[in-house]
Amino acid sequence: MDLIIKSMPFLLTGAAQTLKITLIAVTLGCILGLFGGMGRLSKNRFIRGLATCYVDFVRGTPLLVQLFIIYYGMPQVIQGVKGILEVSFALGPFSSTSHIPPFVAAVTACSLNSGAYVSEIFRSGIQSIEKGQREAALSLGMTSKQAMRHIILPQAVRRIIPPLGNEFIAMLKDTSLLICIGYAELTRQGQLIISSTFRPFEIWFAVALLYLIMTLTISRLVDVTERRLGVNGTHQS
Amino acid sequence: MALIKVRNLEKSFGKLDVLRGIDLDVDEGEKLVIIGPSGSGKSTLLRCLNLLEEPTGGSIEFAGVMLTDRETNLPQIREEIGMVFQSFNLFPHKNVTENISMAPLIVKNYDRSKAQDIALGLLKKVGLSDKADNYPAELSGGQQQRVAIARALAMQPRVMLFDEPTSALDPEMVGEVLEVMKELAEEGMTMAVVTHEMKFAQEIGDRLIFMDEGLIVEEGTPQQIFTEPSNARTRSFLTRVMQ
Ligand SMILES: Nc1ncnc2c1ncn2[C@@H]1O[C@H](COP(=O)(O)OP(=O)(O)OP(=O)(O)O)[C@@H](O)[C@H]1O
Ligand SMILES: [Mg+2]
Repeated sequence: MDLIIKSMPFLLTGAAQTLKITLIAVTLGCILGLFGGMGRLSKNRFIRGLATCYVDFVRGTPLLVQLFIIYYGMPQVIQGVKGILEVSFALGPFSSTSHIPPFVAAVTACSLNSGAYVSEIFRSGIQSIEKGQREAALSLGMTSKQAMRHIILPQAVRRIIPPLGNEFIAMLKDTSLLICIGYAELTRQGQLIISSTFRPFEIWFAVALLYLIMTLTISRLVDVTERRLGVNGTHQS
Repeated sequence: MALIKVRNLEKSFGKLDVLRGIDLDVDEGEKLVIIGPSGSGKSTLLRCLNLLEEPTGGSIEFAGVMLTDRETNLPQIREEIGMVFQSFNLFPHKNVTENISMAPLIVKNYDRSKAQDIALGLLKKVGLSDKADNYPAELSGGQQQRVAIARALAMQPRVMLFDEPTSALDPEMVGEVLEVMKELAEEGMTMAVVTHEMKFAQEIGDRLIFMDEGLIVEEGTPQQIFTEPSNARTRSFLTRVMQ
């Protein structure tokens, strides 16, 4: 017990990092997801294809591999591009390292990952709005864009909140994979303490508890938000 | 001069030919009633008139503008063509006043107070001034449909299309909606109404068309068609719905 209390400050800094990455990733993921979701429903075949490729690739491959592609793979690409710029265009010289900071890699990978899942949430949310809503809007002289913005999205957002909450929780747990690039989130901090104290049971249990507290808090917040909007939600016929 | 001119209109969904060559004129101020059995293409015809459904053949002219031309600015045309749906399709996330004032605000760029005035005026007209702040789900079907009519009128359309506006209503609510429509007819609004309310059709209809299998089978005044239908299919349809 003593050990757990002593390790708490260290674990809490990890938990803070976990929350920070999750918040940034899901926020950026929502922006990406709005475009991704609309892209999946676009009439333009090229845009639709692009959005589908993105969503399929991300959802069909492990987050860990996506993380590795960005953290280990991208420096190689950047190096190559630098080389071309220096040799062919006499630009530079550039700094010799192309190392991507773990924070940048973490945010990039998690946001791109979240964006794909949120795209699907937005797509199904938009599609769940009855066809008659769009038709009524169009019949009043609204453009497709106006109908989307004023009629369809505001209704879709209400239905999207619960699955968005689930995505938030899933992302929060998935950030534990960032241990693999040495990012100092909660799991990584736990591992570090164990390597000096050799008390895996207590520490992993404490780590689990901290995750649980965070996920439970989030699902409560989602419930409250849902109920708040639900005041209008009861007006859904 | 005809406000709407439909020529050889065709519409198919895949292999299914739903409209198979419709010719139709609707004059300014005319009340056209469309009847026919289920699946005959009445809704599809109406939905083609404001291009909610894209015709696969023929042409539609509205106030001198070819709707079926690619370059036609559809939203602008639709402002002038009001539509009332069988299932109301009110915006559930907006209250009654907002439902009505929304399109004037967004589409016509009216300022808030002007749009609000229009909405309140129309609510009075349809007898729902006391429901201004309610949400659609708090209204009965008849009240919702009256709001839907007010919503369409807020754009000051030159014609109103009604697709079975009372079919989704409990019988005791049909009257209040028909009453509003009658008033509108008396004010001289151009109307095209798909309905199964034969008495109402007779009262307001200047002209009635009977559709079957994607064609206009018979056309005349309601009086003519109800008393001496010339077509066998019209006769059998009428005996079925009149009993
Ligand atoms: N979007 C669509 N896709 C495929 N088929 C359709 C579509 N809309 C209508 N149809 C078909 O077209 C035919 C005519 O439909 P329509 O709704 O115009 O008939 P209606 O005369 O209005 O019938 P009702 O009295 O039942 O409303 C029907 O067979 C219907 O199944
Ligand atoms: Mg119909």
